[in-house]
Amino acid sequence: MMSWQPSATIAALHKRAEVIARIRQFFAERGVLEVDTPVLSHGTITDPYVVGIPAFFTSMGRHEEKTLYLQTSPEYAMKRLLAAGSGPIYQMNKAFRQGEVGRLHNPEFTILEWYRPGFDHHDLMDEMDLLLQTVLEVDKAERVSYADLFMRHLGLNPHSVSIETLMVCAHSKRIVVDGNITHRDTWLDLLWTHCIEPVVGQDRPIFLYDFPASQALLAKIRQEDQPVASRFEVYFKGIELANGFHELQDAVEQGKRFAADLAFRKQHGLPDRPLDHRFLAALEHGLPDCAGVALGVDRLVMLRLGHPFVSDVISFDFERA
Amino acid sequence: MAVYSTNEIRGGAKIIVDGDPCTVIDNEFVKPGKGQAFNRIKYRNLKTGRVVERTYKSGESIAAADVVDVEAQYLYNDGSHWHFMQQDNYEQFVVDDIVVGEAKQWLKEQSDCMLTLWNGLPLAVAAPNFVILKIVETDPGVRGDTSGGGGKPAKLETGAIVRIPLFIQEGELIRVDTRNSTYVSRAKESS
Repeated sequence: MMSWQPSATIAALHKRAEVIARIRQFFAERGVLEVDTPVLSHGTITDPYVVGIPAFFTSMGRHEEKTLYLQTSPEYAMKRLLAAGSGPIYQMNKAFRQGEVGRLHNPEFTILEWYRPGFDHHDLMDEMDLLLQTVLEVDKAERVSYADLFMRHLGLNPHSVSIETLMVCAHSKRIVVDGNITHRDTWLDLLWTHCIEPVVGQDRPIFLYDFPASQALLAKIRQEDQPVASRFEVYFKGIELANGFHELQDAVEQGKRFAADLAFRKQHGLPDRPLDHRFLAALEHGLPDCAGVALGVDRLVMLRLGHPFVSDVISFDFERA
Repeated sequence: MAVYSTNEIRGGAKIIVDGDPCTVIDNEFVKPGKGQAFNRIKYRNLKTGRVVERTYKSGESIAAADVVDVEAQYLYNDGSHWHFMQQDNYEQFVVDDIVVGEAKQWLKEQSDCMLTLWNGLPLAVAAPNFVILKIVETDPGVRGDTSGGGGKPAKLETGAIVRIPLFIQEGELIRVDTRNSTYVSRAKESS
């Protein structure tokens, strides 16, 4: 018989509500405005590996369907608010990702996203650290650059190492991969998930910053010894919690990154995506210098309660929805 | 040939890896950062018994192995091979020493076993979880001892050696858990 019962216990839902109340209090104390942007949007993202779930809209009395998308994150809409002069904003809402089901993934999940005009990614890491200390009751996080962490654990410089060296390293770590991987960043990801992620950030969260420029996404790229992306991620107990940027403001550069995504999609036989022209128009108008970050709230609750499955902290997980 | 998508595979699924039949132990969906999704699949090679992990791109296809478990009765040993009969259709199977493996120390004629068939051929034999067997050799127990202590070794009619309590004597029937080779209790009659 199909189970009608929730996947989380009622006690877990009480704890979940406490975490969410604490988050709202945290931002209220700092004068960050809570906003609410559309979950259903005409545009979606171009990213090859983060995919929106389509929804079909029909006008009354008509047959043609218009393809809309459930948001993968509220990033574009929130940046349009920032460009319109909102000042610091946050939002807790549902986001959707195609195909992502697993121990740590539910296709529909609760996302916390916030933006701070005048902050760079280091300032935002400071604020995120305070939030984690408040909600998880943990010590101050460790903070280390992506390059230093790869050097420490694998003896490789991730910005300059060749794909061949990455493959040899993976082989020496007994990582067996089925099929061919020709993308350098994917090898970096594999070494990260198999060799580094499981052993770092166990006692307290770890912030990982300054990613390879090829993984910039919507972050500014700075020229150091090599170009680095002003991006950070947060991990705790082997769980990826958050991803943040010192946000790219340049509309032309943003347009180029979208075009590169679409070219990659075409080359790999992935479906084309409509560009979000409203977002690009907002960037042309002018996005204030700001940093922003998105955090998975369900995972935060998992960590707070020490539960191993994301379904343990969601009222009805994907299977039961 | 039937295939699975990596995302459909659950623990217990039977797949083919490098030509060998394998049973899946665990399948973890992994999505690093904003990168490509993977499945880390841990499986046991049913030919070698080795447990291996392999990483697949999420959404890739993996060939399903035609592996089924059937109930079969152990009939007899002809000196070099073991003979079994499938319970539901009376089909007979001749199985060699390597395939019978560890199970052989528990096999008594007419015991109900599980045969794992791959493409219709025996791949492995599992003895019943519990068997009742006669003790054919053990030292006499120490008078006054009831149940505890270290026990003593006993040889069973199938050749297996298990530790039994001191008060149990040669010729008695005992119930044994074959999964960890341990004595469970005295038994009245063989099953």
